[in-house]
Amino acid sequence: MDKSNSRVSESLKRPPLVTGKKTFKNITDDICSLTEKLPGWGYFSALFTVKSLFLFYIIVMGLIVARGMGLMGVNHPVGWGTDIITFVFWIGIGHAGTLISAILFLFRQKWRTSIARTAEAMTVFAVMTAGIFPLLHTGRPWLAYWLLPYPNQRGPLWVNFRSPLVWDVFAVSTYATVSIVFWYIGMVPDMATLRDRAKGIRRHIYGILSMGWRGTARNWSHYEITYMLLAALSTPLVLSVHSIVSFDFATASLPGWHTTIFPPYFVAGAIFSGFGMVVTLMCLVRLFVPRFKDYVTLNHMEAMNKIIMLTGMMVGYAYASEFFIAWYSGSDFEQYVFLNRAAGPYWWSYWIMVSCNVFIPQVFWFKKVRRNIIVMFIVSIFVNIGMWFERYVIVVTSLHRDFLPANWGMFDLTFFDFGALIGSFGMFLTLFLLYIRTLPAISVAEVKTVAHD
Amino acid sequence: MSKAAEKKNKQSIVNRFVDLLLQVKESLAPETEPVLAGIWSDEKSFLSAIKELKQKGYKKISAITPCPVHGLEDLLEIKRSWIPWVTFVFGSAGCLFGLWFTWWTSAVDWPLIIGGKPFWSLPAFIPVIFECTILLGALSSVAALFYACKIPSVDPPVLDKDLTSHKFALYFSLKDKKLSTEELEKELLAVGAEKVIQSDF
Repeated sequence: MDKSNSRVSESLKRPPLVTGKKTFKNITDDICSLTEKLPGWGYFSALFTVKSLFLFYIIVMGLIVARGMGLMGVNHPVGWGTDIITFVFWIGIGHAGTLISAILFLFRQKWRTSIARTAEAMTVFAVMTAGIFPLLHTGRPWLAYWLLPYPNQRGPLWVNFRSPLVWDVFAVSTYATVSIVFWYIGMVPDMATLRDRAKGIRRHIYGILSMGWRGTARNWSHYEITYMLLAALSTPLVLSVHSIVSFDFATASLPGWHTTIFPPYFVAGAIFSGFGMVVTLMCLVRLFVPRFKDYVTLNHMEAMNKIIMLTGMMVGYAYASEFFIAWYSGSDFEQYVFLNRAAGPYWWSYWIMVSCNVFIPQVFWFKKVRRNIIVMFIVSIFVNIGMWFERYVIVVTSLHRDFLPANWGMFDLTFFDFGALIGSFGMFLTLFLLYIRTLPAISVAEVKTVAHD
Repeated sequence: MSKAAEKKNKQSIVNRFVDLLLQVKESLAPETEPVLAGIWSDEKSFLSAIKELKQKGYKKISAITPCPVHGLEDLLEIKRSWIPWVTFVFGSAGCLFGLWFTWWTSAVDWPLIIGGKPFWSLPAFIPVIFECTILLGALSSVAALFYACKIPSVDPPVLDKDLTSHKFALYFSLKDKKLSTEELEKELLAVGAEKVIQSDF
């Protein structure tokens, strides 16, 4: 009787969130030491590579701004080129970070703790990368402040609050602000830890960054409440941001865009792509910082892969439902757009999207595959490719043929389209590499609260 | 301007900047008071020490911990934080501001017919109103946290460098004249403190 009971309780036991039986001191040492040693040549060569890519990106953007939008593939009828595609791509990636740090926090998913910091950093960097593209797309980025409602000498002529593009300005800037604040507030106690370990100039830098945090019980009590409030505010915020991004499309009367399914479909896709990016980055972090394997365990990776498969099937359902509604609506234009997507001149982009987003993640039905780092790394890359093509399909195939023969045309990518897309990874990865060696990459204080569960 | 005067002027700019920094530092100087603190490195004995001290009749115990400790608020009788009220008030204010601003700009200050929609198109204004609510709610909560924790402050006193890593501390303000320092020190050691520090905190 006793034996079988203990066996039951053994099998019901959850796997530990932090392995290796860490003491508080171990946790502090493991995480902080990453910022305290000069990185090796491997790190610097990686940083040099992505930084060169970043410089290339700056040159590409400079040329686009100096010569004009004509350098990119935008034309009539495809007036929204890769600027909008890549903007939606990066904003979507940011969403997984907020999902992990805010939504999973509210649902008391303790496994989120050790990946939350890096996922949030990814959010901040992805939103920064994304924010540049709409500005570039305006063609005259030096007038971008016209997007904001400020008292001016033209009337004052206010912005049109009925326009989804203005909603986007509000949503993305609020999202960027709140994400940065949430990320930073989470780091304040860890900065104090780094301050107390450091000497010389580093002590001053982390001292300023820690803002004079003292860690009294009263401080922690206020701090935990604020953290929860920020999580509770970020949760509807993150859902609103991608819903509003989808309104940019859905409020137009173009077949293929004008659908009510867009907001949930976009949010699911955003979480899908974001988790893809988190898995990609975490595989690399685990590879290059082996001691983090005790904090970002295979169980964490498996949980993320499950979410990738689930959200992948949700976007798959959305793809199928779009076809069904097109047929069911009886609208010739709607039906044609979807037939054109799957079998028209851009059939290849549609099938890249479906294969990467719906078919390939199905391998995660098998536990062995879910827990295999090499396989999940490859799948996560495919997820990222697939989600870029999803936005390509939505923008290009809907715009390139609509109601009028005059609005039929083709869209070709130029060198500058590729340059801006690939270069943006340079910016994102440069920021990420700088972050991982200078700031606490795992939440030191928060991990301690789940270390002995 | 002569070279000497130019040099002097330059110096005075530097001096003024340094003065400004010193002023900022002074205005952000932390409030301190003399305290007597005991240090623990084990969470369990730290928590049981609080219980023992409370049984012995000690009140106004304060603690420093490296991470939020479950149940510590109840033990130390810390009231629930008032910050949610700030969030609520400022979040509501953000909502009302968004409502007023979209209405005033679109229907009062310069009404324009756009897409045949009414001047006050409330459903279309909801996203902007919502974002104003969230932004003001979030920023005000953080401002309230700064106020409650008295941060930012420059160079706060550190009782022990390990208190942000793996050690725990209990401290009593020595402003309280009823407490005798020697007796308190004995008491702290008796309930298991590794060492006792008298310092400003």
